[in-house]
Amino acid sequence: MSTASTATGELADVLSRYEVVLGLEVHVELGTRTKMFCSCPTVFGAEPNTQICPVCLGLPGALPVVNAVGVESAIRIGLALDCSIAEWCRFARKNYFYPDMPKNFQTSQYDEPICFDGALDVDVDGKTVRIGIERAHMEEDTGKSTHVGGATGRIHGATHSLVDFNRAGIPLVEIVTKPIVGTGADAPAVARAYVAAIRDIVRALGVSDARMDQGSVRADVNVSLMPIGASEFGTRTETKNVNSLRSVERTVRYEMVRQAQILDDGGVIVQETRHFNEATGETVGGRTKETATDYRYFPEPDLVPVAPDPAWVAELRAALPELPAAKRTRLRAEWGLSELDMQAIDNAGAFELIEATVAAGAGPESARKWWLGELSRHANEAGVELSELSVTPAHVAELQSLVDGGRLNDKLARGVLAGVLAGEGTPTEVMTARGVEVVSDTGALTTAVDEAIAANPDVAEKVRSGKVAAAGVLVGAVMKTTRGQADAKTVRELILGRLGVQ
Amino acid sequence: MSERQRATHRTAAELGAAIATGETTSAEVTRAYLDRIGAVDGAVHAFLHVAGDAAVAQAEEVDRRIAAGEKLGPLAGVPVAVKDILTTKGMPTTAASKILSGWLPPYDATVVLRLRDAGLVVLGKTNMDEFAMGSSTEYSAYGPTRNPWDLGRIPGGSGGGSAAAVAAREAPLAIGTDTGGSIRQPGAVTGTVGAKPTYGGVSRYGLIAFSSSLDQAGPVTRTVLDAALLHEVIGGHDPCDSTSIDAPVPAVAEAARRGASGDLTGVKVGVVREFAAAEGAEPGVVAAFDAAVATLTKLGAEVVEVSCPHFEYALPAYYLIAPSECSSNLARFDGVRYGLRSGDDGTRALEEVMSLTREAGFGPEVKRRIMLGTYALSAGYYDAYYGQAQKVRTLVTRDFTAAFEQVDVLAAPTTPFVAFPFGSRTADPTAMYLADLYTIPSNLYGGPAISVPCGLSEGLPVGLQIMAPTMADDRMYRVAAALESTQEPRLADQTPEVTA
Ligand SMILES: [Zn+2]
Repeated sequence: MSTASTATGELADVLSRYEVVLGLEVHVELGTRTKMFCSCPTVFGAEPNTQICPVCLGLPGALPVVNAVGVESAIRIGLALDCSIAEWCRFARKNYFYPDMPKNFQTSQYDEPICFDGALDVDVDGKTVRIGIERAHMEEDTGKSTHVGGATGRIHGATHSLVDFNRAGIPLVEIVTKPIVGTGADAPAVARAYVAAIRDIVRALGVSDARMDQGSVRADVNVSLMPIGASEFGTRTETKNVNSLRSVERTVRYEMVRQAQILDDGGVIVQETRHFNEATGETVGGRTKETATDYRYFPEPDLVPVAPDPAWVAELRAALPELPAAKRTRLRAEWGLSELDMQAIDNAGAFELIEATVAAGAGPESARKWWLGELSRHANEAGVELSELSVTPAHVAELQSLVDGGRLNDKLARGVLAGVLAGEGTPTEVMTARGVEVVSDTGALTTAVDEAIAANPDVAEKVRSGKVAAAGVLVGAVMKTTRGQADAKTVRELILGRLGVQ
Repeated sequence: MSERQRATHRTAAELGAAIATGETTSAEVTRAYLDRIGAVDGAVHAFLHVAGDAAVAQAEEVDRRIAAGEKLGPLAGVPVAVKDILTTKGMPTTAASKILSGWLPPYDATVVLRLRDAGLVVLGKTNMDEFAMGSSTEYSAYGPTRNPWDLGRIPGGSGGGSAAAVAAREAPLAIGTDTGGSIRQPGAVTGTVGAKPTYGGVSRYGLIAFSSSLDQAGPVTRTVLDAALLHEVIGGHDPCDSTSIDAPVPAVAEAARRGASGDLTGVKVGVVREFAAAEGAEPGVVAAFDAAVATLTKLGAEVVEVSCPHFEYALPAYYLIAPSECSSNLARFDGVRYGLRSGDDGTRALEEVMSLTREAGFGPEVKRRIMLGTYALSAGYYDAYYGQAQKVRTLVTRDFTAAFEQVDVLAAPTTPFVAFPFGSRTADPTAMYLADLYTIPSNLYGGPAISVPCGLSEGLPVGLQIMAPTMADDRMYRVAAALESTQEPRLADQTPEVTA
């Protein structure tokens, strides 16, 4: 799964001439009950334009009021990223015209972000990379446009456009890194690991559901190359709204190769926003602006400054939950795993799944075995992430308890798991429905054992005479007559008992 | 004088009392004012929308509430005209701009809600300069309002409609908004009382923003007490406006009653030296002002000269701050969600439709200020313009703070000149901007200020402006009421009869 190993050739070639510089802007949609500046609900997937009011529609005369929970969430994110928290800061207006932005300015923060100057360590293949955090600031989301009549749902060729303002005004925290240099061939993996770490942190803080597939965490990926030894960064491109970890990784890799080719051919990189196409794995250029957009930022006069009480900030700091990195260290020790084992878990995206499976009652070793073994195989075959499989940690724990209780053996358990993945129900339901429970009725088993002994008198004699290993043949015969539904260990004990060898 | 005629000659306080005692009804009073509007507004053009039957229905509802024994305020049942920049639910609200023609707001401004809650009857919406940008109503997209004192002259602006409605007895009360003088200057040139409360004293929720950090709604009336009573109805904290002050409304009605006794003993009044020295004030205005100051002295006030050295930079600073904020505030008018949409014939791209809508929907002064503000906020110019203007704002505030360490209130003419003839200042924007020379400092500072009639010059009204420290609105009402008490009859009651 790691980029460095799969794309070494191509990237090594790029990196023989260029250094890569990354910059990541991650937008986190906060899970507040109401919007950032009004009391409209924030439920995902509601009917278009049912969660709106004069404020988030930007009607003439309407005024914003800051959501205190939004501010608290932003501060907690900042604290988790080791940021300083501003004692006094303001919102600012970012002015530009866009049809899904009701006021034609976005209420954001400019030179006075609420959180600044932090750092986050991410692990990539056992190496720790420290990512500097420039700032984390509060802002509001825009509405969503749908273009109707065109072939592709894009604006080109559309006959008209529809705007849903339900999302307008939903609180966002935008986390901006300092330039990330020196990551070399690890750049794509570092970008991925960073976004994953942010996602895990905001989820651990409980400030966002962090669903990348629903856009509640999305990344703008900035990539530039500069000749090795150069002192000035090259021109960057910004690939907007990348919404999966895999796409973040692929975007960086694609841009590195694309930009290197242009530079090799003597071309120049155009500063532009680009979009990542999931289907082709390529980034495509958006509108090129001849001049940089002037957003004419100025302090938002409709809002008063935000001045969080230092005592309150200290309370929030003290009340932060255990963060993912600390938890990883703790659980690694608790689970008795090596760093290499943990890396395998990380690479498979299985950490939280295993944690939840253990929490649901399974042993760490068996939880790890299921997720990294059988379930990873299924995920690979289906081309999806582990978390996208239809099996839950609770299912896995239940399955393992059936094995531990002797009601399923490993082979049967794998079959039951396939049934769960196929949507046939919980492991117990699948086991019952398929009638595959281990035969534990000793009466039935004893009959089968007696038949096997009777049918194989020579083998029985060998066992009686002390050649215990020969019992395997008898076990096999019993398993055959019970169509595999017997517990091999129990069968073996029964045979040895029958033959007087204990 | 018929009962109906009598209604339009009484003060709001008198009308409220008469309605409360059952001597008359809100419906009766409302019909009287609607009749008056019908008779003279063709000549004055103070209203952009007259509520008519809706106003009568609201009045009848208030009469029922009063009959049911509901405790309403002293102005219950009294009609009020509302500047067309405040949203009124289901009632047209245009800000005198074509870009909002046909828009029916789905919500009431907090000020309007408070009027309704206190039992005041909304008579209609008054004319103004488009988006409150102007000093004459000549920039209304729907034609100017005429000054009842001389129909060939401007009624002031931007709130000329509210002031003219009150002066012409088309409404006993009106609501205005004041960003750089838009309540006070119309008050001065129409012989009415106009008060700009402390910034944050009255909610801005539902006030269509021109310049958010300066806009403030306030009363326009014929007497100081009426202004104070109306101020108490609309004032007070509003959780929907983050800049609203969370403190009780100063006791302004009590202060107005106290001032009406005519005793200003112990009150220290400062006259701003720099204003007196400034060129451009008409001699008649200066004379009326000097006479008013002499009267204040006679009433027991101690008058001293104070220096506010940065006031002379207030006007240029204002013309950077207000346009900057307006360029952003008015960005939302793009034809996408409400109001005018121009050029959407199916062939044009969205940006082009937005652009054509704004081209067709905004008048010349609004465009001028949007361009000024866009420029002032641009990268590379921000520090030199917007940034510098904010520094001036701080210095003006310091001047006020220092002055109020020496005196209780400051006095100045409200505006340098009396009502001017239509067309005499539209050719030169800076000549028009001078109308707000004396009013702008209080907006930059955020303190309250009131204009009260103080005499005539060439037969036209002159206003005295009293400025007070923030949240000391009561002081200006006391002084203004004292001055008013020396006038018999009041200037507002001397308005010539409008001949249609
Ligand atoms: Zn809303």
